[in-house]
Amino acid sequence: MTVLEVVTGSAMETGSLGQRVGSLLGPGDFVALTGDLGTGKTEFAKGVAVGMGVDAAIPITSPTFTLLNIYQGRIPLYHFDLYRLAGEGDILELGFEEYFYGNGASLVEWAERLQGEMPGERLTITFSHGENGSRHLLFEPHGKRYEELMRELFPHNRKKCFDPLQDSC
Amino acid sequence: MLLLAIESSCDETAAAVVRDGRTVLSSVVASQIAVHAEYGGVVPEIASRRHLEAVVPVVEQALHQAGVWFSDLGGVAATQGPGLAGALLVGLSTAKALAFANRLPLVGINHIEGHLFASFLERPVEFPFLALVVSGGHSHLYRVDGFGRYRTLGQTIDDAAGEAFDKVAKLLGFSYPGGALIDRLAVDGDPAAVKFPRPLLHDGSCNFSFSGLKTAVLTHLQKFPLSGPDDPRLPDLCASFQAAVCDVLVAKTSAALMGSGCNRLVVAGGVACNSALRREMGCLADERGIELHIPTPALCADNAAMLAVPADYYLEHGMESGLGLDALAVWPLDSITAHLAAR
Repeated sequence: MTVLEVVTGSAMETGSLGQRVGSLLGPGDFVALTGDLGTGKTEFAKGVAVGMGVDAAIPITSPTFTLLNIYQGRIPLYHFDLYRLAGEGDILELGFEEYFYGNGASLVEWAERLQGEMPGERLTITFSHGENGSRHLLFEPHGKRYEELMRELFPHNRKKCFDPLQDSC
Repeated sequence: MLLLAIESSCDETAAAVVRDGRTVLSSVVASQIAVHAEYGGVVPEIASRRHLEAVVPVVEQALHQAGVWFSDLGGVAATQGPGLAGALLVGLSTAKALAFANRLPLVGINHIEGHLFASFLERPVEFPFLALVVSGGHSHLYRVDGFGRYRTLGQTIDDAAGEAFDKVAKLLGFSYPGGALIDRLAVDGDPAAVKFPRPLLHDGSCNFSFSGLKTAVLTHLQKFPLSGPDDPRLPDLCASFQAAVCDVLVAKTSAALMGSGCNRLVVAGGVACNSALRREMGCLADERGIELHIPTPALCADNAAMLAVPADYYLEHGMESGLGLDALAVWPLDSITAHLAAR
């Protein structure tokens, strides 16, 4: 498994990286976003929506309270935020698997709450704070589909360090 | 008309009996009653199954408290959206079954539409009015020209105000949701102690943004970490953060009042319980010489009684939904007019 870390210097950079991920997502894809409050997950999600062709006039707002927001792009975008959930039991009762393996792509903030219900094949992106307001995004593909997605996402990469806007350092 | 209303769009399972969309005979919210004893300590919240466990006892309790039975009712209302489909279906299916079995007309109501009219249960408001709905999931400004006639003037572009309160509370070490605790601690704090940003304050729109404010609090705490749960700076931090949120909400509401020409203002939703916001909105209303309506805290939080206000109007005007209605996970208030026409 190729693990890659990307450092973004601004919210805009985090967003454009999200946009590139969004442009590559297809039906049934699952992207897990983990990391602390304020590390840029929602900013990234806004970019993903743009990349998936969601109407730019539609605000991509936080699904923390509603748990799930659905947007129509090229394919549906299921934007989850599981922050308020206690654990696996809640997830099963909410019937979210129908979305995870459905016609759209799932982008799941606080995906670690899924525990055993986390799809085995997925792209996990872990967000953390860096120096001077930068953000570190660790990309971990699980399964062939996501290894491939990573190669499309970072075609020129040979190192573990990126300028996300130019593909390489 | 005597209505039974059922709400299950998010965390609360609630039922109410209301006469003529004005007089609340009962308003029961699941977390307030002894359902947990009956069902082994479960406090009804997010999961659909918990709504399912709570809905029948809650409806029974609402009828019992109101001293009425199904045969006394003139109609049934339920939240049709927006919300989680699974949760919505519990209230909606219960309402359908009760309407069918008792041959009562049924109407599906938009949850936010309920919040807009919660204050009517205390004092009716003349149209048109401006409404600020602030809760865990919403920060929206609407112009309301009548029942079913709504226009969005502004909304959050990221986090809702209530979410900002709860997440900042978490950063301050309070357990989630801790928004109400910020309000309590802020009483003893200096709102000018820390200069937090006022996002989008001068962008000329009626939109809100609270995500950056949350990050500003985080950055501040990274620079000046708290010593623990008794850190003496907590009241100042709470007051300063709260002041930033209130300033933005008041400024945008003021701009929307100016732009819409409305001279009546309704503030609703869970965050309308916040004492600083109530106070600041009071000052705004005094300054502008407008009429202000903020419901009592019990009617600001999610409840079923508020649904009965628009429901009574729709049913009195023959606008039933019929038994075929389905839950609408996404249902912007602006689209209600078209939705009504299709009824």
